[in-house]
Amino acid sequence: MSSPHDVVITGIGLVSSLGEGPDAHWQKLTQPGFQPVLDAERFAPYTIHPLPEIDWNLQIAKRGDQRQMETWQRLGTYAAGLALDDAGIKGNDELSTTMDMVVAAGGGERDEAVDAAILAASESRNDRDVLLNEKLTTELRPTLFLAQLSNLLAGNISIVHKVTGSSRTFMGEEGAGVSAVETAAARIRSGQSTHVLVGGAFQTEHSDMLLGYELAGYLHRGPWKPVWQRQGSEGGGVVTGSGGAFLVLEQREHAKSRGRRIYAELGPIVSGRARRRRGELNSEIAALLEQAHLPDGDLLTISAASGAHAATAAEKTVLDANPALAVRAFSTLTGHMKEAQFPFAVALAAMAIDRKAGYPVFDATAEKPFDGAPGTVLATAIGYHQFEGMGLIKAA
Amino acid sequence: MANLKDHMGRPVVAVTGIGVVTSLGVGKTDNWAALTSGKSGIHPISRFPVDHLNTRISGMVDFLPSSSKGASHLTYELAETVAQEAVSEAGLDSGDFGGPLFLASPPVELDWADRFSLYNSDKKDGGSERLLRVARALKELDIFETTQFGSIADRLADRFGTRGLPITLSTACASGATAIQLGVEAIRRGECDKALSIGADGSATAEALIRFSLLSALSTHNDIPEKASKPFSKDRDGFVLAEGSGALVLESLEAALARGATILGIMRGCGEKADDFHRTRSKPDASPAIAAVRAALADAGMSEDEIEYVNAHGTSTPENDKMEHLSLSTVFGERIGSMPVSSNKSMIGHTLSAAGAVEAAFSLMTMRESVIPPTINYDNPDPAIVLDVVPNKKRNAEVGTVLSNSFGFGGQNTCLVMAREPV
Repeated sequence: MSSPHDVVITGIGLVSSLGEGPDAHWQKLTQPGFQPVLDAERFAPYTIHPLPEIDWNLQIAKRGDQRQMETWQRLGTYAAGLALDDAGIKGNDELSTTMDMVVAAGGGERDEAVDAAILAASESRNDRDVLLNEKLTTELRPTLFLAQLSNLLAGNISIVHKVTGSSRTFMGEEGAGVSAVETAAARIRSGQSTHVLVGGAFQTEHSDMLLGYELAGYLHRGPWKPVWQRQGSEGGGVVTGSGGAFLVLEQREHAKSRGRRIYAELGPIVSGRARRRRGELNSEIAALLEQAHLPDGDLLTISAASGAHAATAAEKTVLDANPALAVRAFSTLTGHMKEAQFPFAVALAAMAIDRKAGYPVFDATAEKPFDGAPGTVLATAIGYHQFEGMGLIKAA
Repeated sequence: MANLKDHMGRPVVAVTGIGVVTSLGVGKTDNWAALTSGKSGIHPISRFPVDHLNTRISGMVDFLPSSSKGASHLTYELAETVAQEAVSEAGLDSGDFGGPLFLASPPVELDWADRFSLYNSDKKDGGSERLLRVARALKELDIFETTQFGSIADRLADRFGTRGLPITLSTACASGATAIQLGVEAIRRGECDKALSIGADGSATAEALIRFSLLSALSTHNDIPEKASKPFSKDRDGFVLAEGSGALVLESLEAALARGATILGIMRGCGEKADDFHRTRSKPDASPAIAAVRAALADAGMSEDEIEYVNAHGTSTPENDKMEHLSLSTVFGERIGSMPVSSNKSMIGHTLSAAGAVEAAFSLMTMRESVIPPTINYDNPDPAIVLDVVPNKKRNAEVGTVLSNSFGFGGQNTCLVMAREPV
């Protein structure tokens, strides 16, 4: 039964190594045997999925605005612009100024040259704290701080796209993306919001962004492999990618009244926090599947599995136990985009609903075929280190 | 019998526990005594050398076991300390809280101390390659966890037995208020009957200080530290970087009354409005701040005449105080000249991600104690800002309702309306 306060998806903005926008992603992801775009050289021994070529001017008109951001903020602002365009909101003052926003964010890029110079000098100095003051006070670009602040991705979206109803930034890897979608949906269902911009971006082409994983040995090394085949390989299993995913979520009535195309309806979103050290992850994933109330019959499942050995093995075990699930781990083709993982999964699920077709297997050894038009799609995001979530996306 | 539903039919949200830490001390008792005697917590920086720094003072929290252990550890301890105080006061089980957690905390980065120690642990290659190579050989997760944005909340969730996936958020200097707003909204939507909202910030590192300094945001009145933060004064020259934490246990009034809890105050309304003008500056006409105040009043179902006191954002920067005055005088009209408006930051400095939560805690205490903390260092009033700032000395006054403002970089504006009693 549809209700006026249902949450529907009316805009999708995607960027990854595969290109930009739903069409480009659909085209590549539905090509059987499509090979990922990889760069194994620049950050060797790590492989990454690099950003495609982007003409920032298309979504960030002012050069001055572009200069105030580093790539992560530009990427997020760009992907947000794509979603707003797709939903017919960009440039509409009335809709932009009343639009709420929840962004899932990490931090922005540090100045690698300044850091490297300080580290090099630290080898011959014992007064490292003084060295720090000396270098940082003279060598940091003053406005770089703003390009690093987590909430300034949302801030830039307000400035560039005029989204000013409200602005909240959630932090915390994949879990932030889950909470952002969950909170945005709850606001719409309760009548607090009529339309919400929600999403995130991750720019992996920076040594600190790799370091954030590698301090716990999470990155995969050696030749690239699909997400499900990295157990036992050198390293920790995660191959990262640059990209972003933003969604326009809207109250059904609001979308209909302005005659917008609806990709899909956002069903229940569930989330949790397994105490993984106590071995609770498998049971937590199973419990979330239970709470999501899966429909009967075969179910296309868009998994944001990272490849991280323990989390990915747990997810695979639990999903494999349900023979109805036809799983697609998209990070095989895009790399892991941290905060953007869950919004990305929801976007791919909505596209499958909208186009009445599933995706071919991304990894023939671990994924099974899905035929026909999916009426409901499951999207999962099991964090590489902590936090779990999933949701159902349904035909509108 | 108090109404259990508000003017929009939503559950009324009560506060049943409060915790606070600032440079003035640990806990409500010490903080309140210092705050109402006009004492400043601003002092010379001793945590790191101040060579080459233009600003050499702060409101750091230097007296906790984690004070010298880096931003992540100190932020956790600040959060844990206030959460324990708040949950105990509420009379709830501090190992099995049973509601969601909303944590406002600063963005995390690998601390320089760890960066230096990783880098200097061997001499092969250099730069980021060396860091990555050393990093992947680490056997412990301690350093890793300081770089994960969700780790502090994850630890707090373990410690207090909060329910579900904890939310860590940043809306810059409005973060603490946003954490409270998220808790209020979750209760109003019926998702839970209690929530734990915390703002904590232990990130006053040398690099943080330098970053704000390079943006010319900080006071450089180093000579008499306790005089440096002077909101609404003519010679104000920037904020004073500080640390602290505040926590509130929020509960539906119905659930709180049913278990016989003491009601410490009511969260009447929350309002927000983003500014699209500039990354650090507010729109000159203050329209987003005005809209945020009005949104909070509308959410509370109150008219501007019903606000009796304003706990100002009052950072002591030339820009904020001017803009805040413009927004308040626009909303409250002529009445603003005779309405008490004071800034806790004159004594504790700007606790950044924690500020909204710390100041909500003090706002609630202001109502309960019938004492308005002063704006200290108000020796040289800005003639362009005509406000009753409760200058220099506390004032005994019955206060039934408070507006607390929080404005931040990135166009973040969040306002809270609180009341002493349910209606």
